[in-house]
Amino acid sequence: MSTHHITVTVNGEAREADVEPRLLLVHLLRDTFGLTGTHVGCDTSNCGACTVVLDGRSTKSCTVLAVQADGSEVRTIEGLAQGATLHPLQQAFWDQHGLQCGFCTPGMIMQASWLLAQNPDPTEDEIREGIAGNLCRCTGYVNIVKAIQQAAAEMRAAGAPAEPAAAR
Amino acid sequence: MIPGQFEYARPANVTEALRLLQEHEGEAKVLSGGYSLLPLVKLRLAQPGLLVDIRDLDGLDQIIETETELRLGARVTHAAIENSPIVRARYPLLLDAASGIGDRQVRNWGTIGGSLAHADPSADWPAVFIALGGTIVCRSLAGDRLVPAREWCLGVFQTAIEPTELLVEVRVPRRPARAGGAYRKLERRAGDFATVGVAAVVRLDGAGRIGSAGIGLTAVNDHPFAATEAEAILAGASPSEELFRQAGAAAAAQANPTSDSHGPADYKRAMVVEMTVRALRAAVERALAYA
Repeated sequence: MSTHHITVTVNGEAREADVEPRLLLVHLLRDTFGLTGTHVGCDTSNCGACTVVLDGRSTKSCTVLAVQADGSEVRTIEGLAQGATLHPLQQAFWDQHGLQCGFCTPGMIMQASWLLAQNPDPTEDEIREGIAGNLCRCTGYVNIVKAIQQAAAEMRAAGAPAEPAAAR
Repeated sequence: MIPGQFEYARPANVTEALRLLQEHEGEAKVLSGGYSLLPLVKLRLAQPGLLVDIRDLDGLDQIIETETELRLGARVTHAAIENSPIVRARYPLLLDAASGIGDRQVRNWGTIGGSLAHADPSADWPAVFIALGGTIVCRSLAGDRLVPAREWCLGVFQTAIEPTELLVEVRVPRRPARAGGAYRKLERRAGDFATVGVAAVVRLDGAGRIGSAGIGLTAVNDHPFAATEAEAILAGASPSEELFRQAGAAAAAQANPTSDSHGPADYKRAMVVEMTVRALRAAVERALAYA
């Protein structure tokens, strides 16, 4: 089978790879680029642990081929912090105890970042509906919702964009 | 899960895509949002030789309302339908269906053309377009072929599309005054596939009677279908709870559900009655409010 040469901008940096068409985006990120913050959970488009933002739209990266992302822009959990300063969402998950085991957290935060880019002031219902595609099996959702509310308030106050690149 | 091997092409325009489908007749599958096809490819239930990615094709992601119809391009996402001002203003049936599909990530990328071409026996859209009297536009190098939504689904994952054709658009008649539709879906978990799904459209006449009705059912047969007996009962009748229940019973009698983890067949039949009643109730209410 042929391989394809692809260029994907990951967290603002253009990266290249030669990939088989069947390689999934999540494996490109983790295995080829070494960005293991994006987790593989159910591998069946259900759990949302592998959520990343692709061209401004959140997606489950286990359900995207790496070749489909050729020429696209991907944002992962590694792209949120500014050096040693955590992104408001990351800080809020810490402050509100929005995680225990942490497995769902990168996907949860990336989905929240997309959600806040669409809707900077969501109601609790809108937050819960917005993260319905992300499953947490230990913390429960109460503190996750609180964390997203905290981050939303801080980001509104600071006028900071939730999703630096290509929000639409 | 690692998919089996396949080739991948990303044509720049529709003609190039159609040429690929012709050259690889029967071997190629069209890749749109990927949320239906890629899970099957990962499970190796589908093993296409070539995936033709239509993301670069122009003109397939528009929602356009003309004097006579609403046109949805094949690559319009569920989210785009949900967010469309046209849909929000005049097509609540489409909003019902779009907002109940999967979750945000799925709706961000899953497309209407992909869902229709995939034809899951529990898919929402085929039932919706059956109720609306929609038409599906299939394009090949020979030209366009229009398939009524009622003749679209033929069996489990089987549709009327030819291997050399690309689904490019879905059309539904523009909503007339005093017409309304609703989709009611019973699901085990939020965002799940339907256990039972019923789409209903009613068009009221000047006297407040139902001039004509469309009822599409999903998840209760090996493919979505039109509940024609229920439609016949509704035509010419005055809306009432009793009428809705009669139509529901007729729809249930025409359904052919199987017993599975979602429930036994007789439960699903009972739920067809209930979902039909609820969909008709909402459809009539919406029709009365759309003078």
